[in-house]
Amino acid sequence: MTGPIDTLRRMARLMVGMPDYDAYLRHMADHHPGARAMSRTEFSRDRQAARYGGRNGGRCC
Amino acid sequence: MIRHLPWLLTAIVGAVALWVVAVSRGESVNALWIVVAAVSCFLVAYRYYALFIARHVMALDPARPTPAIRRADGLDYVATDRTVLFGHHFAAIAGAGPLVGPVLAAQMGYLPGTLWIIAGVVLAGAVQDVMVLFISMRRDGKSLGELIRMEMGQVAGTIALVGAFMIMVIILAVLALIVVKALAESPWGMFTVAATVPLAVAMGAYTRWVRPGRIGEVSLLGLIGLLAAIVYGQSVAASPVWGPAFTFTPVQLCWILIGYGAVASVLPVWLLLAPRDYLSTFLKIGAIAALAIGIVIMAPALKMPAVTPFVNGNGPVWAGGLFPFLFITIACGAVSGFHALISSGTTPKLIASEAHAPLIGYGAMLMEAFVAIMALVGASILDPGIYFTMNSPAALIGTDPASAAAAVTAMGFPIAPDLIAQTARDVGEHTIISRAGGAPTLAVAMAEIFSHVVGGPAMKAFWYHFAILFEALFILTAVDAGTRAGRFMLQDLIALAVPSFKDGKGHAPGVIATALTVAAWGFFLYQGVTDPLGGVNTLWPVFGISNQMLAAIALMLGTAVLFRMKRARFAWVTALPTAWLLACTLTAGWLKLFSADPKVGFLAHATRFDSAATAGELLAPAKSMAQMRQIVFNDRIDAALVALFLAVVLALLVFTVRTCLAARRSPVPLAREIPLRGEAVA
Repeated sequence: MTGPIDTLRRMARLMVGMPDYDAYLRHMADHHPGARAMSRTEFSRDRQAARYGGRNGGRCC
Repeated sequence: MIRHLPWLLTAIVGAVALWVVAVSRGESVNALWIVVAAVSCFLVAYRYYALFIARHVMALDPARPTPAIRRADGLDYVATDRTVLFGHHFAAIAGAGPLVGPVLAAQMGYLPGTLWIIAGVVLAGAVQDVMVLFISMRRDGKSLGELIRMEMGQVAGTIALVGAFMIMVIILAVLALIVVKALAESPWGMFTVAATVPLAVAMGAYTRWVRPGRIGEVSLLGLIGLLAAIVYGQSVAASPVWGPAFTFTPVQLCWILIGYGAVASVLPVWLLLAPRDYLSTFLKIGAIAALAIGIVIMAPALKMPAVTPFVNGNGPVWAGGLFPFLFITIACGAVSGFHALISSGTTPKLIASEAHAPLIGYGAMLMEAFVAIMALVGASILDPGIYFTMNSPAALIGTDPASAAAAVTAMGFPIAPDLIAQTARDVGEHTIISRAGGAPTLAVAMAEIFSHVVGGPAMKAFWYHFAILFEALFILTAVDAGTRAGRFMLQDLIALAVPSFKDGKGHAPGVIATALTVAAWGFFLYQGVTDPLGGVNTLWPVFGISNQMLAAIALMLGTAVLFRMKRARFAWVTALPTAWLLACTLTAGWLKLFSADPKVGFLAHATRFDSAATAGELLAPAKSMAQMRQIVFNDRIDAALVALFLAVVLALLVFTVRTCLAARRSPVPLAREIPLRGEAVA
């Protein structure tokens, strides 16, 4: 799971603002057992809205 | 001792390479010397200076929980692998800035720019980035404006926000101007860039409905579409029907961009912005990597002199002497205030351990400086005659190869009209004369380098348009995302006076703030496009001054925080670069306002045109009295803007000094960090 290819894949996704879905699921399982976690599709829509909501300053010149 | 040996060797290699770059005159110098000098300096600086800052100045504590641990939510706050986060941070800070500034700075030769990029990033730029990251990381990942408010007071925070918004406006105008300069009268370039809109919409639909969330897959499909658009663009440009349909004058393009900016920034993000962001981000990283590999394989010789006569001022690309104007022309790449917004944005919420801060804050900025070095190399491997033909205003060199060749030869850089015409043909353009803005020059250089590695001369036109597309694509993404960010900044600012303007109450505030933001950058874009001197000439220094002032503000925050932490004995780390940036920006700002030379000073320029207009004369390049009035008006707006920036930075200087003095008098640290254990600060 943590080979160089996987790291690159996660890096490429985070470069466009998409955090790790598995890490999100782990977080939900560890800290909010019983609560409903977002599906992968909901998760990516949620993160897309968060990245471009304008609150994060976007990117540099 | 033995562990220092490799670093000592690296330092020696760097010193030798720098020495070769600095003292060689007359004989041709290989560009790799610059690359080796830069990389060695960066490695040594990282190993010693970054770690000194981490261990002694900040006293980073790996055991201290970061926001990603304290507030983990799996969404905004996620402890992230440091390699992954490095890529994220680098992709967020690297944009058009480090590519354009060094190209423009090459008019003084490659040596001044190289030395400033290396010294500037090590002592100022990377220090700023890591310092802001550190401050934000210890305060729940708060943003720059909030940090200044917490440490220096409400008024200081609000002033900084006003400054940041104006800088955003100028950045958007300059970036859009670069796109205009690159796409005007270029049907091939225009077609490929226009094709990205339907392409992105198709990608957006794909990720929305067909295969949600498959970013890699859809990006690959998009990339194929892009390459097809570049190839097909050649036939479009050659077509008697479609060629003229995709040929636009700068003024037409200006209105197209303003309309695009207004529409794009209110569309749903998944439709256009997000998919194009995937393309532009991956293309940007890929093109930067390819450029590095290409330069190493080609090992080109530098054709630009180490130092040109234009160090004394009166250069054709931008006006003003080495000090202070070189240091504001190369902003991003050496030190960029805008990074303070990124280092206090998403990155501090994702960092897994304080120990990662030097790699991410300092290291990613070194990487950006390396990008700037490559851009400088790119501009310097071109024939200087071509460089000055492409970057001098049409008002100076005319618009046909014969007049341009004569004018550039008279500057001391001999070139034949045939070579100008041939270069334009090679890259598949009608003309390369007076295409300032950095992007076209860099595209010619990239075409030179890439075609050397892949495809030979026949591929030059393809690579040229590939490079233009790559630059235009991420600039358009920045315009779109920046308009959205500017809208929220403006809404927050207006809400300070009119509370009902906050987000959430109906659509009107959002629409008004968007319209105001677009109008603001659109105004400066239109002014730049219609500027007889080509616009870049006028706007880039204003952008450079504002960006470096924001950097000075961030470094002043760093200094104030060190004082408030009772670590004032280390405050020189941020105070020295602050002093240098203040010296450069205040001098440059002062000259832009009050220099008696109309080429440098906005007010002198306005007075000259104003008195001529009153006397009923027309001064070139104005062709009517209305244009004369327009020039005077633009000059005064620019002067007011520079005066505003000066006022902002001076006000924050006063707040910083007061904060530091108060911190010295206090017997206990005042810095408002999140305590090791306990609740968030108010």
